[in-house]
Amino acid sequence: MQPLLECRNVSFSYHSITGETSALKNISFQVRDGEFAAIVGPSGCGKSTLLSLMCRLLEPESGSIFINGRPLGSHEEFHIGYMPQQDQLFEWRNIFGNVTLGLEIQHKLTQENQEYAKKMMKEYGLWEFRHGKPSQLSGGMRQRAALIRTLVLKPSLLLLDEPFSALDYQTRLTVGEDIYQIIKKEHKTAVLVTHDLAEAVSMADKVIVLSKRPASVVAEIPIELEIPDRTPMRSRNAAGFKEYFNLIWKELNEHENPD
Amino acid sequence: MKTRTEKRQMREVKACMSRNQRDYLRARNRHRVFVRLMRVVLLLGFCILWEAAVTQGWIDGFIFSSPRRIWNTFLSMVRDGTIAEHVGATLMETIISFLLVVVTGLFCAILLWCSEKLSEILEPYLVVLNSLPKSALAPLLIVWLGANQRTIIVAGMSVAVFGTILNLYTGFKEVSKEKSKLVYTLGGNRFHVLTKVVLPSTVPATISIMKVNIGLCLVGVVIGEFIGARRGLGYLIIYGSQVFKLDWVLMSIVLLCIIAMGLYGAIGAVEKWYHRHL
Repeated sequence: MQPLLECRNVSFSYHSITGETSALKNISFQVRDGEFAAIVGPSGCGKSTLLSLMCRLLEPESGSIFINGRPLGSHEEFHIGYMPQQDQLFEWRNIFGNVTLGLEIQHKLTQENQEYAKKMMKEYGLWEFRHGKPSQLSGGMRQRAALIRTLVLKPSLLLLDEPFSALDYQTRLTVGEDIYQIIKKEHKTAVLVTHDLAEAVSMADKVIVLSKRPASVVAEIPIELEIPDRTPMRSRNAAGFKEYFNLIWKELNEHENPD
Repeated sequence: MKTRTEKRQMREVKACMSRNQRDYLRARNRHRVFVRLMRVVLLLGFCILWEAAVTQGWIDGFIFSSPRRIWNTFLSMVRDGTIAEHVGATLMETIISFLLVVVTGLFCAILLWCSEKLSEILEPYLVVLNSLPKSALAPLLIVWLGANQRTIIVAGMSVAVFGTILNLYTGFKEVSKEKSKLVYTLGGNRFHVLTKVVLPSTVPATISIMKVNIGLCLVGVVIGEFIGARRGLGYLIIYGSQVFKLDWVLMSIVLLCIIAMGLYGAIGAVEKWYHRHL
């Protein structure tokens, strides 16, 4: 079966006056339709750079990214949704204005799309706050609003760039649970970048482990936890969770300290 | 003005307040009243001392004037209508030059933000022009543009415009890169970054810059009026000093202080309104 997303030998370097820094080197992996993939790696290894390449904020120096077998950017109707590290809600807009920002930018603020945004907000408990400002929302609600802002554009692929890293531990677990449920309910394919191994194992169907800079794929570990109605919280208590965690930890350490 | 509902809400809040909280609020209120009272006392004390110094003959009232003389001069000029003409001219020139500074400043800052190359090329020139004492330009403006109101407005602009461009541009550059990145990921372009992120997020900073600018425009207008006007408070100051009518000079200075305070307060009110409605 053809993968939804494929990175084939992708390399990228940053250039500055002091020299060239190779960030990614021959990255290759695939993500199937409906799959939830997590990318983990040491801090500063280039995980976010990889996401920037996937949403075309940067262009690879070599290699290619394919969507449904065709080069990235050649699809008119294929939309990639990106959720940043912090919610980045605009304080000068109300919640409805924030949620519909993408629709406004893409000139798609039709009655139908507005209804869809309203439906999403009602479904995920934000409708009452539609006239409120982001500062009036809790950390979890802000993340939900940020996700809905991405989802109203009906993306076929969701890129999550450490979306929970700014939250405290307790909120992080709750929001992680929340976001996971929304993604699964909306049948979205997602790529999550995180440095939290437990988060990766608890949410993902597959964990892609990157080496330190210049990053390359050192392992692809499918997560098969045998639990009914999987949720991140249930995954954390499942048999095998610890083994997966240790396996990824080992992979990371082996490539960071080869001696 | 508090509405009846707000007053009732405040009474209810007070009713369930702890004693310590009430004491704290009372002390805070006392401090505020004291500060305001002292400001008035300082001004009144200065005026009384000044008046007394003239009455007692410690200083010469002809040279130093006095609050009473200033007040009488003001009343007589109100009666013959000349003060309205002078204040009106200065006020109008200040407001026009301020509005032109806002428009020019925003336009140029947007232009610099749009082209990094242009901003790199122009930055040293803007820094030099901003540091230049603008009073040095006034005689040139008179020669180039003539002794008319246009020259005075340009003089008013020249004091504030370069600083405005630099400050606005710096504010634009400091806008969160992550928020701009978000706009790109939502399918936006640089124009969307400008209209959805840069301009709305810098409104508070822009208002703060404008609060300073209105005073600077007044300075520039007075400089312009010193050398190229037939009316306005700057003209009255220069003319008064030439014919030794120092009551006119000091009255004009007092009026300039009041105008400066009023204009600053007006922008401050806009700022408060913006924060309340954001």
